[in-house]
Amino acid sequence: MMNPEADVLPFGEAERDFSSVDKARVVEALSRVLPPNTLMYETEDLRPYECDGLAAYRALPLVVALPTTEAQVVEVLRICHELDVPVVARGAGTGLSGGALPHTRGVLLSLARFNRILALDPLARTAVVQPGVRNLAISEAAAPYGLYYAPDPSSQIACTIGGNVAENAGGVHCLKYGLTVHNLLCVRGVTIEGEIVEIGSHAPDSAGYDLLALATGSEGMLVVVTEVTVKLVPKPQLAQCVLAAFDDVVRAGEAVARIIAAGIIPAGLEMMDQPATAAVEEFVRAGYPLDAKAILLCEADGTPEEVAEEIERVRAVLEGSGATEIRVSRDEAERLRFWAGRKAAFPAAGRLSPDYYCMDGTIPRKRLGEMLTAIQAMEGRYGLRCMNVFHAGDGNLHPLILFDANQADEFERAEAFGAEILELSVALGGTITGEHGVGLEKINQMCSQFTTAEVRQFFRVKAAFDPPGLLNPGKAIPTLNRCAEYGRMRVSRDHVPYPDLPRF
Amino acid sequence: MTAIEALWRERVRAAAAAGTPLCLRGGGSKDFYGREAGGDVFELRANTGVVAYEPTELVVTVRGGTPLAELEALLAAQNQFLAFEPPHFGPAATVAGCVAAGLAGPRRMSQGAVRDFVLGVKMLDGRGELLSFGGQVMKNVAGYDVSRLVAGSLGTLGIVLEVSLKVLPRPVAEATLRFEMDEAGAIERMNAWGGQPLPVSATLWQAGVLHLRLSGADAAVRAACARLGGERIDDATAAVLWQSVREHAHEAFALAPGESLWRLAVPTTAPALGLPGRQVMEWGGGLRWLAGPADAAVVRARAAAVGGHATCFRGGDRRGAVFHPLAASVATLHHRLKKAFDPAGILNPGRLYAEF
Repeated sequence: MMNPEADVLPFGEAERDFSSVDKARVVEALSRVLPPNTLMYETEDLRPYECDGLAAYRALPLVVALPTTEAQVVEVLRICHELDVPVVARGAGTGLSGGALPHTRGVLLSLARFNRILALDPLARTAVVQPGVRNLAISEAAAPYGLYYAPDPSSQIACTIGGNVAENAGGVHCLKYGLTVHNLLCVRGVTIEGEIVEIGSHAPDSAGYDLLALATGSEGMLVVVTEVTVKLVPKPQLAQCVLAAFDDVVRAGEAVARIIAAGIIPAGLEMMDQPATAAVEEFVRAGYPLDAKAILLCEADGTPEEVAEEIERVRAVLEGSGATEIRVSRDEAERLRFWAGRKAAFPAAGRLSPDYYCMDGTIPRKRLGEMLTAIQAMEGRYGLRCMNVFHAGDGNLHPLILFDANQADEFERAEAFGAEILELSVALGGTITGEHGVGLEKINQMCSQFTTAEVRQFFRVKAAFDPPGLLNPGKAIPTLNRCAEYGRMRVSRDHVPYPDLPRF
Repeated sequence: MTAIEALWRERVRAAAAAGTPLCLRGGGSKDFYGREAGGDVFELRANTGVVAYEPTELVVTVRGGTPLAELEALLAAQNQFLAFEPPHFGPAATVAGCVAAGLAGPRRMSQGAVRDFVLGVKMLDGRGELLSFGGQVMKNVAGYDVSRLVAGSLGTLGIVLEVSLKVLPRPVAEATLRFEMDEAGAIERMNAWGGQPLPVSATLWQAGVLHLRLSGADAAVRAACARLGGERIDDATAAVLWQSVREHAHEAFALAPGESLWRLAVPTTAPALGLPGRQVMEWGGGLRWLAGPADAAVVRARAAAVGGHATCFRGGDRRGAVFHPLAASVATLHHRLKKAFDPAGILNPGRLYAEF
């Protein structure tokens, strides 16, 4: 008789205790395989790695390893496997969910020196790159051939492709062009056991299970990526943007549904409510109508003929949906001005309020109005303001809850406010995270989205790649013991790394 | 939990306890595909129905046993479709079978594969646990992406009870152009077109003729036709052509006794393969079908040499290797994943690989 509970993994029930890891022994073992300038273990050298883009969480690793070759990665992982030491892989550290937060008893494995584009084949439309290559650098290298890499997370000037794979990064164009998972051909990586695995290929598919889909978005918990092959696509000849104003947020939400119902898949479809519009207008002077309760940005791209046709169809839908004002960008400068405000939403929140807390839930589009109404009620209940920016095309919300941590209990109220939004996202048929990842930030809310059986299954998947549970332990998937707890972190203006990076 | 789910859960639990292999079967339209799998036949057709469909959400959630044709008719009524154009291979094809087989049709290179459209699944694993992964929204990074892993796993990881698929509006306009061209010329031309902003939605090269389908906005299709030249074939003939390729009803896929059909997925720029047999090339050069009396070892070696893999799709020895052998490190991950989902090894054992 097979007991369904019999094959439960110990590290899925409670977090493993790594307190017995011996730093001197780890340093000694790693120094045998890493040149001196690629291994750091003095506190002042570790400090730059203590957090990622979610700076409210900080921890110092035991050591930082900066390998330069795949052979060194293999050696580092074999040693960590043998000595039973946690490993946290890190790219540029721009992630917003604490996924690259170091383990205090572990090795922080930086792939920063894997920063070369190895091959670019314009005919096959592929680029083979090392994981530390920046997202935008791929598109820049492909530009002379009229090609680009489609996923464009807002931090694309800094974030690396290795991190994009780990988080399944999105961007404002993913409704039409897909997420990272739709734009990869092959990932080469190393398991904790030091095995090199080629996942995917340069062919359209591979034999066996789709491990490429599984590895994408696995938050560094399954394999350490050492090489990525991405698809490149032809750069659209032209892009044009429509800005529409509405005197009611629910009506703006309905307009989004009507655009989709008309059979249009815009290159971008974004929405901002009045508080967000007012905040960014003050900041970047994009010329947004300030009396509107909501504005929509809808972008068309393609050949000039295609764009002209789509813009006319979008305009007709918006007119029929009660838009109070419609503007079509007349040139590239105006198009960029339309977008400037949207892209400045996070910095604008930072100017408006000492602290803000950004959520990342995704809900079915038709529930947008319901969600906005509920958030309005929560603002009254928690006594805090919230500005809302949405990737409306795919239902991904980024409510920014404004608070001041120096005021008594404001942080606690912001936490409770955010918790209610995430719980409502799940209740409305959505998810707690659309694109920022679970990391450490949302690990407790995973418990409200998944059952015990599903959480156990996630740990079994992890164990298939990482039997001892050493890759990024304690992230993304909550142990069942942890599910009893509940906690949340804030993003403070004072502690935001890369303050100049656009965030949307 | 529905009555069927409760019933099936008990059946899987009993089979796991007894170690009895189950041979999962939907409409049976793809019985020919994969290795010969033994075990008690587990009929899955009864679990039908549309759970949710909101055209403006671009998502449909259906039960696994729902006929694929029924789902496509439902979408067509709203001017939407499954953009991966899955082959049915028979009127009884089910949605779960489509996901389990993971096969896409002519539009694959422009729109994506089955897994690209899978947003979520509800499944029964080999323990008889009812599990849901993913969801009904476009963007979702909570937890490992198990729902996409299930696509193409041929029922070896779980029974698909429900699946949520992204759907898309049908293109406003389509046109098919015909060019006479040799194989090497077609490979070169298809790749060159792929790098230009053209609305190419399908390609087909066979016996010295290249067909190119364009889909998109009316103005874009017209402009592309004017630019590319070739001979435009009438829409009705084109529709029949693409349907015949999708369903392998085209004469090029017909097999004489003793012949087999091989499917080679290769980089689009792979040169002419030079293998004996009748060839059909799709997916901008990325998919090459080979019909004839092929030698398995030769075909596999050639596919591997150009960076691809070969599947004995129809007509071969189904007790031997159907799918391309896996590299040792990747095979280890497969074995462990199979164990993670089906520790007793009762779900379609051997259908994918003999070892599991």
